[in-house]
Amino acid sequence: MGNRTILFDIHNAMGARIVPFGGWDMPLHYGSQLEEHHAVRRDAGMFDVCHMTVVDLTGERVRDFLRHLLANDVARLKEPGKALYSCMLNPEGGVIDDLIVYFMNETWFRMVVNAGTTEKDVAWLSKQAPAFGVDVKPRKDLAMIAVQGPNARMKALPLLPENLSASAADLKPFYAATKGDWFVGRTGYTGEDGFEVVLPESKAVAFWQALADAGVQPSGLGARDTLRLEAGMNLYGSDMDESISPLEAGLNWTIAWEPAERQFIGREAIEVNRENPSNRCFVGLVLTGRGVLRDHQKIFVGDREVGEITSGGFSPTLEKSIALARVEAGVMEHCDVEIRGKRVAAKVVAPPFVRNGKIRVEL
Amino acid sequence: MSNVPNDLKYATSHEWVRDEEDGTVVIGITEHAQELLGDLVFVELPEVGDTVDAGNECAVVESVKAASDVYSPVSGEVIAVNEALADAPETVNQDAFGDGWLFQVKLSDPAQLEDLLDAEAYTEIVESEEH
Repeated sequence: MGNRTILFDIHNAMGARIVPFGGWDMPLHYGSQLEEHHAVRRDAGMFDVCHMTVVDLTGERVRDFLRHLLANDVARLKEPGKALYSCMLNPEGGVIDDLIVYFMNETWFRMVVNAGTTEKDVAWLSKQAPAFGVDVKPRKDLAMIAVQGPNARMKALPLLPENLSASAADLKPFYAATKGDWFVGRTGYTGEDGFEVVLPESKAVAFWQALADAGVQPSGLGARDTLRLEAGMNLYGSDMDESISPLEAGLNWTIAWEPAERQFIGREAIEVNRENPSNRCFVGLVLTGRGVLRDHQKIFVGDREVGEITSGGFSPTLEKSIALARVEAGVMEHCDVEIRGKRVAAKVVAPPFVRNGKIRVEL
Repeated sequence: MSNVPNDLKYATSHEWVRDEEDGTVVIGITEHAQELLGDLVFVELPEVGDTVDAGNECAVVESVKAASDVYSPVSGEVIAVNEALADAPETVNQDAFGDGWLFQVKLSDPAQLEDLLDAEAYTEIVESEEH
């Protein structure tokens, strides 16, 4: 038996099929993964993300600490509530984790890290923090629910505490508002508008039920994965890990090279390959032949193996199979993927495949 | 507990077999199997004329998240496949024991049917997996 979130019982009551995931027992779906996917693209769905970890970082020098720790630069966060997506690299330039960090005030930043990496992340943070006098506090007492979809904000807003809903209603994308132990970010992992709501565990079941009563579709890890894949968002452990440079995982845009004197951890290791033309490319694939693309399938141009799929699956919005893949530089337009010993044709595209309900690639 | 019709035979790998009583059988995957897989999005079937061997993989069903092999419960020659599944794989989810059939085999060894499970024995296997 894995760890259970505070929502475990209500998942079962709502018909969830539970599967093990990163040490947790989580809902895969509540009947139909496809229906849940479409609900998020067209209306509103919700995900239990309590297994992810909120980490509060506090101290006078917390901003300096994060400028040292993260490949993206928190100097870009000037207004309280603003969020930033970043990789946390090891000294060899591999990705320890990808995360979102929120600027709360000059002595408090909030980080949200992946479930499966929580333990090593907290260990790494705790090792780096003392030099900056920063306190690292994983908030196990908080629950987190993501409400996503074009109607998500409208349906969630009336259910927030009264003293938070007005500021939540005014949030711009990638900003957060907070009141007491409640926290609402206009962020997500689906390519749709929505909120990620952090709240006291004691309030989580009632909030989940109220969202369901408001017509928000409970959605599982299955739909979460197809939605993020369509949105071209990386999955830690599949698309990158400690052995992969962010430069070969489509994450160049998250690295803040300027100012040049900022020596973040891992900078030296990745900077030597900054403009290296032989860096492998991170691309999208749309399968034109029949079948389904899956993780680790090999990619060929002619008889030459040129790379591998890092995340593959079926896109309910495109009604075709799609994938994210790491390939040699210079692979353009067309390739073949080996599926059960046969070569099947695929088209090379630039992710995302879908954003805000709209297909963004040419089929 | 999912539906397990009494007039079918079953394999432990979750295929069902319907004896057409003309030396042929129709084969599919069970209601329980499709529930485990979730929404199917692709089915790869053998070709008519292929020879299949009992216990060997001969088809693939893929759901949104995973691919799963289908094993032929009997040996023989494939004489028909359910071509409608190419455009509508979800039929297997909707009607696993009926319109969601996969392929039909002319038996090379009809005695193999005796080795298959009846509904009661298969039900026990499903229940033991669920607990």
